Amino acid sequence: MTEKSIMIVGVGGQGSLLASKILGNAVLSQGKDVKVSEVHGMSQRGGSVVTYVRYGDDVASPIINKGEADIILSFEKLEAARWLPFLKKGGIIITNSQQINPMPVITGQATYPETVLEGIKAKDVRVIECDALALAKEAGSEKAVNVVLIGMLAHFTGFDLDIMREAVKNSVPSKFLEVNMKAFEIGAAI
Amino acid sequence: MKKIMLGNEAVARGLYEAGVRLVSSYPGTPSTEITEFAAGYEEIYAEWAPNEKVAMEVAIGASIAGGRAFCAMKHVGLNVAADPFFIGSYIGVGGGLLIGVADDPGMFSSQNEQDSRHYAIAAKLPCLEPSDSAECLAFTKMAYDFSERFDTPVLLRLNTRISHSRSIVDTSERLEKELVDYNKDPSKRVMMPANAKGRHVVLEARFDEMRTYAESCPFNRIVENEGSKIGIITAGPSFNYAREVFGEKASYFKLGLLNPMPTEALKAFASRFETVYVIEELDDIIETHCKKIGIQCIGKELLPLCDEYSQELLRDKLLGEKTEFVSDETPIPGRPPVLCPGCPHRGMFYLFKKMGLYVSGDIGCYTLGALPPLGAMDTTLCMGASISALHGFNKIRPDYAKKSVAVIGDSTFFHSGMTGLVNTTYNKGISTVVILDNRITGMTGHQQNPTSGMTLKGEEFHDICIEDIVLAAGIAKENLRVIDPDNLIEGEQILREELAKEAPSVIIARKPCALLKSVKRLPARTVDVNKCVGCAACMKIGCPCISVVNKKAVVDQTLCVGCGLCKHMCRLGALI
Repeated sequence: MTEKSIMIVGVGGQGSLLASKILGNAVLSQGKDVKVSEVHGMSQRGGSVVTYVRYGDDVASPIINKGEADIILSFEKLEAARWLPFLKKGGIIITNSQQINPMPVITGQATYPETVLEGIKAKDVRVIECDALALAKEAGSEKAVNVVLIGMLAHFTGFDLDIMREAVKNSVPSKFLEVNMKAFEIGAAI
Repeated sequence: MKKIMLGNEAVARGLYEAGVRLVSSYPGTPSTEITEFAAGYEEIYAEWAPNEKVAMEVAIGASIAGGRAFCAMKHVGLNVAADPFFIGSYIGVGGGLLIGVADDPGMFSSQNEQDSRHYAIAAKLPCLEPSDSAECLAFTKMAYDFSERFDTPVLLRLNTRISHSRSIVDTSERLEKELVDYNKDPSKRVMMPANAKGRHVVLEARFDEMRTYAESCPFNRIVENEGSKIGIITAGPSFNYAREVFGEKASYFKLGLLNPMPTEALKAFASRFETVYVIEELDDIIETHCKKIGIQCIGKELLPLCDEYSQELLRDKLLGEKTEFVSDETPIPGRPPVLCPGCPHRGMFYLFKKMGLYVSGDIGCYTLGALPPLGAMDTTLCMGASISALHGFNKIRPDYAKKSVAVIGDSTFFHSGMTGLVNTTYNKGISTVVILDNRITGMTGHQQNPTSGMTLKGEEFHDICIEDIVLAAGIAKENLRVIDPDNLIEGEQILREELAKEAPSVIIARKPCALLKSVKRLPARTVDVNKCVGCAACMKIGCPCISVVNKKAVVDQTLCVGCGLCKHMCRLGALI
């Protein structure tokens, strides 16, 4: 298969690690090679967080550099803009339209560029946007934002939807299975 | 069985499979999860020690007793544990002993960039370095036979991008190892001059034997690509980046044993190529060795000593190639980490700033109190330094003693703050020390400590009383105060009283971490828009839940945990 490089970006505490776990399980089930790189520790505390997922027949480096990502899956729209330089020309951004103000905006030292996605859409990239928080609530829990986004991503992973469904099943706690499967289907239907 | 594992999880799996019986560690990013995963195996006894020196001594003791043992720490933890590390080299092992140390190039969660290979060289200990999770598991297992064969502790050097990357591993069953016999042998284990002299000779002979072993050991391998004109000598994460950039255009000498390194094998490899690159993060240890043995190679002439490497960096520095990327001119505000909503540390830092205090800081979540808008920290050195460094500062500038505090967390106090407190009282200092007691080791992700009432294995334990330690360290009863850190009025009053005294004092600001599952989330606070005048006084505490929109304060209803600190900030009573 052609190698895929996917970045999952967001704000510490949004649950982006589960998304990389689901993707990793999908890759493993297909007998491919995968490397995932995460950041723990200090930057988790409400800071900007990024996870790299790379898979294919033989993956060497666990990280993604500027101009290398096929897809950026973003949990917050400012984070989509922050990591834009990491996207390949012609790449895809799948983003939650949620706005979470960073501290410099809260304290008035900086302003939140609310129309930031409009500027990106004019570039050589494809932007797919949704209100994942509202959709997660529709599925039954606002915590399912990550699985809604995984559902949206599913079509672009190079795997059948059923393989992704199975990976979600194997990655979430059984007591939240129903909500998460519903969230996945809502995302996949966009 | 094939599984995806975090590098740290794979090390823990390796410990399990190697038949390791005991793990003792102190948490430190990026090493923490090794011990947490190890604790998940019933067959392994695992514990959190109060600091890395204690952890390593426990592991050495277990090894002497004949069981395979392990301890983990971050790179700066090895500074704390350096004493037993060097002596461990002299006395050798009973059961195999592996010491896992995780470096942090790029400083994702550290106060410095430090190359732990120097320690292996200085202590004449072997150093292994894996490149992915599969090697984390394999090297860990193989390290125990190596350790027992050469009668030596082994350093397993990890790195953020190895410890915190996931890749595929193949697991197998646990090997149950019998205990190695214990025989009393003071000449080997009582390190006084007469015995140590003999042991130094043994150690040098052992190192010579390992040099020979290094020439053809299973930790090193050559990846040969036919017709390639470039030879690359590399190790750890750099091997992955090099392979990403050069692919089949180069052949690789991939070192897994970094101390001692081979001589003849490296020379033979290098002699076959027109160009030889040495690619290694941080210091030029492989390169210095190669140049010393006469290999013509290119390394730090082109590559940096600072920060982590990447494929982008190698492409740029070695090949002069730049990758094209999409950019947008919109300025993007930064998103620095912040103290969490409901964090019990926030109020104290607000008070330090308000009172204009000199703040001698320490290592933990509360180091974030240094960032705006709180900005209430003057120094952060290393674990436990807040109390001792303030003592020194106040001895030189006595006029500061009444306008300065040392601030330290509960776990850091047990780690190495206690001895600083003893020093202050014994040497007639009059510092004021604030212990931020949130009942857990927070920054590394909630590890139990002596205040938590629970061991790593989940057994209940009556918590060790910080007050008793403080009193035993020589603080007078009337100079020990315990406060609720969210009560700003009381907090300010008590700070003023204790700062004014001609005696050392301790204030324990006690409230459990807001992220603990046992802490109940209260209803989110709201704003009475009729009372709020938009003065933004509530913004001074740097809470990520509060903002001012259209001249009215707004509380984010999904983030707020209802701690109520903000209501102390509003004179008009608009925050309810």
